[in-house]
Amino acid sequence: MLRRWKGGVVTTVCALCAASVALALVAIFAFLCLFALPVFMDGQGFAVIAGDWKPATGSYGVLPMLQASMGVAGIALVLGFPLSLGICCGMNGLAPSGVGQMFRGLVRCLTAVPTVVYGFAALFLLVPLVREAAGRGTGLCWLTASLVLALLVVPTMVLVMEAGMGPTVERVRLTGAAMGLNRGQVMVHMVLPLCWRHMAGAAALGFGRAMGDTLLPLMLAGNAVQSPGSPLESVRTLTAHIALVLATDSRSGTYGSLFVAGCLLLLLNLAVQLVLRVLARSGAQFRGRT
Amino acid sequence: MRRCANLALWRIFVMVSMTVTLVGVAALLGVVLMRGLPALGPALLFGDVSPLAAMTGAVPVWDGIWPACAGTFALLMVALGLAVLPGIGCGIHLALFASPRTRVLLGLAVDLLAGVPSIVMGLFGFTLLLALRRTVAPDASTGLLLASVCLALLVLPVLVVTTRGALEALPAQLRLTGAALGLDTWGRLRHLLLPAAGRGILGGVLLAAGRAAEDTAVIMLTGVVASVGLPAGLGERFEALPFTIFYLSSQYRDAVELQRGFGAATVLLVLSLTLLAGAWLLQRVLERKWRGVLPVSHCQGTSEDIR
Repeated sequence: MLRRWKGGVVTTVCALCAASVALALVAIFAFLCLFALPVFMDGQGFAVIAGDWKPATGSYGVLPMLQASMGVAGIALVLGFPLSLGICCGMNGLAPSGVGQMFRGLVRCLTAVPTVVYGFAALFLLVPLVREAAGRGTGLCWLTASLVLALLVVPTMVLVMEAGMGPTVERVRLTGAAMGLNRGQVMVHMVLPLCWRHMAGAAALGFGRAMGDTLLPLMLAGNAVQSPGSPLESVRTLTAHIALVLATDSRSGTYGSLFVAGCLLLLLNLAVQLVLRVLARSGAQFRGRT
Repeated sequence: MRRCANLALWRIFVMVSMTVTLVGVAALLGVVLMRGLPALGPALLFGDVSPLAAMTGAVPVWDGIWPACAGTFALLMVALGLAVLPGIGCGIHLALFASPRTRVLLGLAVDLLAGVPSIVMGLFGFTLLLALRRTVAPDASTGLLLASVCLALLVLPVLVVTTRGALEALPAQLRLTGAALGLDTWGRLRHLLLPAAGRGILGGVLLAAGRAAEDTAVIMLTGVVASVGLPAGLGERFEALPFTIFYLSSQYRDAVELQRGFGAATVLLVLSLTLLAGAWLLQRVLERKWRGVLPVSHCQGTSEDIR
């Protein structure tokens, strides 16, 4: 009797825990949307997204920040994706196995390095280099932030790619050997074409991670509100905007733009997860057919 | 012939990307360690105050990172205290009890929660505070509790995913053993599944702690300040290591403060890596234990464990 009672309690408690997790997610979306809604209804309409940032004239559009976020994350992805792909190929047969093993450990360690430590180091190492190379400005610019972000997203992307490539290598190894291919050839001609979904997934997740990061753009990108023109110009991302405005400003118009920025970031997160689901589903169908 | 050239190009590409990553990481972390390691010592933590007086809070520390360390510790404890039960419970539910439909939906919810940028989590905490002020608590303010709630939400997915993974990695025979022994749900969990997966779950807790210790964006919006002394209570503002590093990076006035920044960065880096190493060790033991185990032998093992 007591035992059955205990079992019931355990299952109920676990179900309640699960419900609380779902509830937390709903609460986050609901709260941010509720606070962003009045901004849209306030007569500005979609100007809060597509308009310019000119607080003096009462125009609080977050478009420049959105462009900056996309730009910073875009360059970080363009730089970080090939690095991740190279490391992942190296771990699966294109580099000596000792080196591959070392990188496995290194990538796991890198996942734990605090973002703020990267930012702190880059401030004293990379920023002067960029300043010298550019010959003008402070060195706090789009490029600097993107360079360090690229390094930050490498472990995320490598782990996602490896989750697909590792098992695939195991699966096709015998087939490849039967065709007389060595490990490198198996990797290039068999595994890579089979794993494009995981690479696309890694890119999506890496882009989301890069757009969601706050500290690196805040510390390294200069934070001037302007549409990004050249990589050597100072920009302000959505995330840095939220951090800066809450720390300094308290006018209602600027406040409203925070919640809009938050909602945009949540939408991006939703989009990334949907892309991952679609890729996973098409992958499952593909495997079902063969 | 062309095939060979192609492969050689790939190898060069691999070598270049590995070297670039290694050099980049080594340069950044090398700078921190080279300038931070010499700064380590009692003076970094406590400044001019004697360690004993500083630790008990008898004398406030203004030129050391001790209050920030204590703040981070308090934050970790409260955040983990809030997150551990729901996280592990949700993981168990997903691994053992949920229907396939719930599993898909809840899995999506957990992934979405994991993808919420930390600054947005901080903004959520801020809206929560605004809502509280307008309704039940007009004089609510940012502080340790609010920051911990938001951090707990941030690390919840880590706990769910590792718990679920640890339970699902157990051999199917183990569950069958439980049923064959006539154990009910509670008995199977208490005597078979949780002891077997315990190290993996504990590893997840350490990973969550590492994630909570390094995050700066959440606490920036929910109550961290640069200089307030030891954490005084759940409703009070507090200091924390990552924010101290961020603050010193832009506001340092002299070489001593900059040195303190490097020291703080080193301490945080070592703390994060230690937590990761702990998690890794625990999970490796778990993997070893179940790798290639014959069903018969581990059935014997577990039944002995029960006795």
